[in-house]
Amino acid sequence: MITRLLSGDLPRSRILAALLIMIVLTLACAPFLFPGAKALNVAAKILIFIVLVASYDLLLGFTGIVSFAHTMFFGIGAYGVAIACSNLGPTWGALLAGIGLAVLLSTVLSVVIALFSLRVRAIFYSMITLAVAFAFQTLASQMSSLTGGEDGLNFSLPDVLSPSYQLFERPLFGVAVDGKLITYYLVFGVTVLLFLCMLRIVNSAFGRVLQAIRENVFRAEAIGYNTVVFRTAANLLSAIFATLAGVLLALWLRYNSADTSLSFEIMIDILLIVVIGGMGTLYGAICGATIFILAQSYLEDLMARGANATQDIPVLSTLLSPDRWLLWMGVLFVLSVYFLPAGIVGKLRMSKR
Amino acid sequence: MRATLNQKSTDEVTVNTLIGSINRVLRKIDLPPLLLAPLLMLIGFVAIGSVSTWVTLTVAGLAMGMIIFIIASGLTLIFGLMDVFNFAHGLFIAIGAFVAVTVLGALPQWSQAHNLGLNLAAFGVAALAAMLVAGAAGVVFERLLIRGVYGQHLKQILITMGGMVVGQELIKMLWGPQQMALPLPTTLGGSYVWGDVAIEKYRLLAMAVGLIVFICVIVVLNRTKVGLLIRAGVQNLDMVESLGYRIRRLFIGVFAAGSALAGLGGVMWGLYQQTVTPQMGTQVNVLIFMVIIMGGLGSISGSFVGAILIGLMANYTGFLLPKVALFSNILLMMAILLWRPQGLYPLADR
Repeated sequence: MITRLLSGDLPRSRILAALLIMIVLTLACAPFLFPGAKALNVAAKILIFIVLVASYDLLLGFTGIVSFAHTMFFGIGAYGVAIACSNLGPTWGALLAGIGLAVLLSTVLSVVIALFSLRVRAIFYSMITLAVAFAFQTLASQMSSLTGGEDGLNFSLPDVLSPSYQLFERPLFGVAVDGKLITYYLVFGVTVLLFLCMLRIVNSAFGRVLQAIRENVFRAEAIGYNTVVFRTAANLLSAIFATLAGVLLALWLRYNSADTSLSFEIMIDILLIVVIGGMGTLYGAICGATIFILAQSYLEDLMARGANATQDIPVLSTLLSPDRWLLWMGVLFVLSVYFLPAGIVGKLRMSKR
Repeated sequence: MRATLNQKSTDEVTVNTLIGSINRVLRKIDLPPLLLAPLLMLIGFVAIGSVSTWVTLTVAGLAMGMIIFIIASGLTLIFGLMDVFNFAHGLFIAIGAFVAVTVLGALPQWSQAHNLGLNLAAFGVAALAAMLVAGAAGVVFERLLIRGVYGQHLKQILITMGGMVVGQELIKMLWGPQQMALPLPTTLGGSYVWGDVAIEKYRLLAMAVGLIVFICVIVVLNRTKVGLLIRAGVQNLDMVESLGYRIRRLFIGVFAAGSALAGLGGVMWGLYQQTVTPQMGTQVNVLIFMVIIMGGLGSISGSFVGAILIGLMANYTGFLLPKVALFSNILLMMAILLWRPQGLYPLADR
């Protein structure tokens, strides 16, 4: 049963399995284990990033293409919900229309970009996606009548998902069952579903072809696969999953702006998470996103303490300053590219043998 | 053969050889790409419709193009010779600009004097310091990060991105995370005005520096031993190595030179924008990538033409349709790639 759910791709390492079960159980019970707005926000962000990073892994880890336009699709999803709900009112119909249009736009854009740059020359892909992503970000912050510009869009969702809604009159296990809690479990459920779906894709025959392309393009072509078609398809799938992750983000925040979903910083975060977690493993997305988001949210406090403790040593205290947490993530990233090509997950799987 | 030659007058022979050599040069020069910039200027003229605005925008576009060329020339050389995608090229732009902030801040009596000579000297010192620091940073970068990933494109992109994140954080540590002002030396600010046409002085300086860099790079590549080795390396690396030249030393030299050019470009770009931020490199990177893709990866003249086109396009559309300025450049790139899929001046088969 579990093997079928995971599409036969088991963790293949006891420590990894234990780690994954722990993360999933903690996320499933997060509202009851850690009451408080910040903890729940962190948990939801981890869930959303798991989908986002796994969808990027589909492209980077399984097909071997580096795209810098992934936040563009993430942003399209978030803007789709935001624009539809603020213009058509908080109804389920508006929500579905927004999601549908966003997926459609992502489909068209990803196919156009992929066909164009992959046909001309595969190595142009990274550079062209970078340019397109920047152009899209500028466009989104310029078209303020539609996207709210720099201020972004605040919008309300259907009743059931709004924080004022109460399902039961009395709290359950000491936690009020309100719209926020329902939204959290909606995000959780969709994340699990999408992740299993992606696991299914990479372990299908189609996924094997993608890995063949990653390992050796010429050989894959010689066997008879049209690499442009497969790469374009991988690009399309990854774009659609990223769009859905963007939808989840908008549902959770009930707010969207260019900074929250389109910025290049998020793109860098995704890249760091995929590589540190483990390229081409999908489970790396779960481990990586959890570690990275936890570090992003709580490492600053820890480093502030470290900086205070080392106040008298000049260089060390600057290095430990809480603003410099990204420096350490960058160093960790570079070290993982060199020494842990399959990231944390790859390391755990290796140590088993 | 000799008999027929002797029958002709010497004048005729000279004229014939002259025509022959002109023909040879013309055959060597691939003309159509060179006509793109005048064509774009003409389209811009028709679309804008006002002579004075057009002149101002064209000068601005040429200046911006020259600055972009300075930065892009380093990257395209690094790619052409070493086959390395350096996504961290923008880092050296930021390093150069921040060094210029420090140097110009340390020389107020030169940069704030009402004296063109002293102002230019301050600019020269800042540019030189920026090139030295960026070049040195380039050597460290090559040794620490890129060395282990020659020939692996995927890892190169990842490692240089990681290097850029770390580098930007280090810049924030040294100079602080906030935006900093980089004012122009006194007499380089302001503009010359002829009738309706206003031309900023700094743009003329930028064009001059860009032309000097272009000529220097072309001369070094075509008239020196090192240039010969670099061109040979771009065509066939293994052959150069098997002839007994130390390729790795050439790599470090080219990487340092490319980074130094990025540093110089960073000074120019910072003075053009008058502000610098640690992330400025990422924004410039986008333009540079478009330039070197358009020009043909590894080609100096290609990136020169590409940079001019991008600069003109950015300024024309920035005036006509400000919201889609960056998209117009992407469309330009797509159009050129549909015409010549390998770029304007394609080089070696890579």
